[in-house]
Amino acid sequence: MYQYDKYDQQMVDTRVEEFRDQVKRRLAGEITEDQFKPLRLMNGLYLQLHAYMLRVAIPYGTLNGKQMRMLAHIARKYDRDYGHFTTRQNIQYNWIKLEDAPDLLAELASVEMHAIQTSGNCIRNISSDQFAGAAADEIADPRPWAEILRQWSSFHPEFSYLPRKFKIAVIASDTDRAAMKLHDIGIQLVHNDAGELGAKFFVGGGMGRTPMIAPEIRDFVPADELISYAEACLRVYNRYGRRDNKYKARIKILVHELGKDEYTRQVEEEFAHMKELGLNPPVEELARITEYFADPAFDLDASDDLDLSDPDFAIWVDQNIDTHKQSGYAIATISLKPRGGIPGDASSAQIDLMADLAEQYSFDELRVTHSQNIVLPHVKKSDLYALWQKLDEAGLAPANLDLITDSIACPGLDYCSLANARSIPLAQKISEKFADQGRQKELGELKLKISGCINACGHHHAGHIGILGVDRKGTENYQLLLGGSAAEDTSLAKITGPGFTEDGVIEAIETVTDLYLQEKQGDERFIDTYRRVGMEKFKEAIYG
Amino acid sequence: MKLLTGNDLKTGDVIWWNGLDWSRFVADAADVAEDGEAILQREEASRRVNASYIIDAEQTDEGPRPTHIKERVRALGPTVRPDLTLKPADPNAADWVI
Repeated sequence: MYQYDKYDQQMVDTRVEEFRDQVKRRLAGEITEDQFKPLRLMNGLYLQLHAYMLRVAIPYGTLNGKQMRMLAHIARKYDRDYGHFTTRQNIQYNWIKLEDAPDLLAELASVEMHAIQTSGNCIRNISSDQFAGAAADEIADPRPWAEILRQWSSFHPEFSYLPRKFKIAVIASDTDRAAMKLHDIGIQLVHNDAGELGAKFFVGGGMGRTPMIAPEIRDFVPADELISYAEACLRVYNRYGRRDNKYKARIKILVHELGKDEYTRQVEEEFAHMKELGLNPPVEELARITEYFADPAFDLDASDDLDLSDPDFAIWVDQNIDTHKQSGYAIATISLKPRGGIPGDASSAQIDLMADLAEQYSFDELRVTHSQNIVLPHVKKSDLYALWQKLDEAGLAPANLDLITDSIACPGLDYCSLANARSIPLAQKISEKFADQGRQKELGELKLKISGCINACGHHHAGHIGILGVDRKGTENYQLLLGGSAAEDTSLAKITGPGFTEDGVIEAIETVTDLYLQEKQGDERFIDTYRRVGMEKFKEAIYG
Repeated sequence: MKLLTGNDLKTGDVIWWNGLDWSRFVADAADVAEDGEAILQREEASRRVNASYIIDAEQTDEGPRPTHIKERVRALGPTVRPDLTLKPADPNAADWVI
């Protein structure tokens, strides 16, 4: 894992003290809320439905046991004993007091963490593949590149006041586990015909009220020019992105309105100019950062044998374990979607336990996924049973990864001041309705994603089944969407028709899943059947 | 009726104007009628309240009930965590919201 150098630490410590002074001045009435609001937002502190909410950055979703334990400590000391892991691989606390925020941020800084650039019209936390450095199918480790992008984008003076927020994802395999094409910039590391490392650039994706899939604008940027190409993409956006209308200010609108070809032409022109400025990090710096992400000391003689005689363990292994690049090891996903639970929430005790287990079984590494789960990336297969037993005791062993009960849900109207409807109660009811393991398994991979408003934090556009909560004359109403995907086969879901009550939308989901089972051919996933059969048949089943 | 609400500047807690001071309980809220804007201006300046605004509500036997569901969720707390609401001992408290 990357470790702060003295510059990183100094920047974060300085920001904490700066914010401490700003809070003091606000509480003393020396500055107004209008003056203070942008300052607190720059430090990730929002005012939400019930209280201040703090969003803490977890760079590319990676953290170690000590950092995870600090997150538990913050939940206990400053919040109400829990945290909420988000769809951008971060964590949010819902009950922070303004007067405590500076001390909290100082404690975070002591473990190389912060909340900077988790709000505002700047480049947000860089996201990546939660299996980075462990996946059998990656061509390179995307984390060094995510880290270089983090350093480049942190406090970037030119990009601190963009037309709107800006999100970048980096992956390094053909399997997309990071919703890469639904970011402002999606970067996929690839090799060219000569075997050199570089990147494909996809620009102008996003969800929100105008969902778009990012088109590919370049099939190969040499690795050592990646930063200046990203800079060129941002420069064109910063110059021409709309600042007159916040709903048309994201880069996706610019790319759409200019057209991919014209936007690309302008980026290439800027890129040619940028190259002359020598903005790329020197080769030694790339090498220095990459060293932090060297493989841990794997036991090269570790066995692939697994005793699956415990049936519950066998079910968990079948569902929540993925192939590791190193024989004898596995990638274990801890589902934060227990039956009837709140997607992404974990108590301080659970967070502490996951920190302990990472130290004991996964070379002190954890990852947060955009699906609101936690990954232990490097677990020896011979340790899996002991790991599972400890997770199971703590309610952290639901065997439902990528099944219908592994839903994504935004905080919704229970916590969020932007929401129009509650998301979490729906996720809870659906997880109860489909709790039977056999039924879930029969439905197979089924990505259910729920947003409580059009801003789409719950990724409803990218759900095989998506739900969008809306306000219908003061009451909650839910639109059903089908056919989205955030994976390498990215697609945007379409609305089935008129909305439903909470119970009505659950009934509609049962109708949809029943039809899938009737129509399914062979091993077809839900999304494949939907694409083959088409929307009309599903609509007919739902609305008659 | 009209209620004046906001968040406590220091703690972020949801608070309601009760006619003399701020209360955490919507049941204590007073009808500010046409005076809401003036009270809002005065109280924002006093630095106790943050992001205050006026909402519509109806008077019920249990006290004022905000017209919009969002304000009822604010008044109670998250419906999915009864233990964190202002009525942790009442398992049916969320019924008031819905």
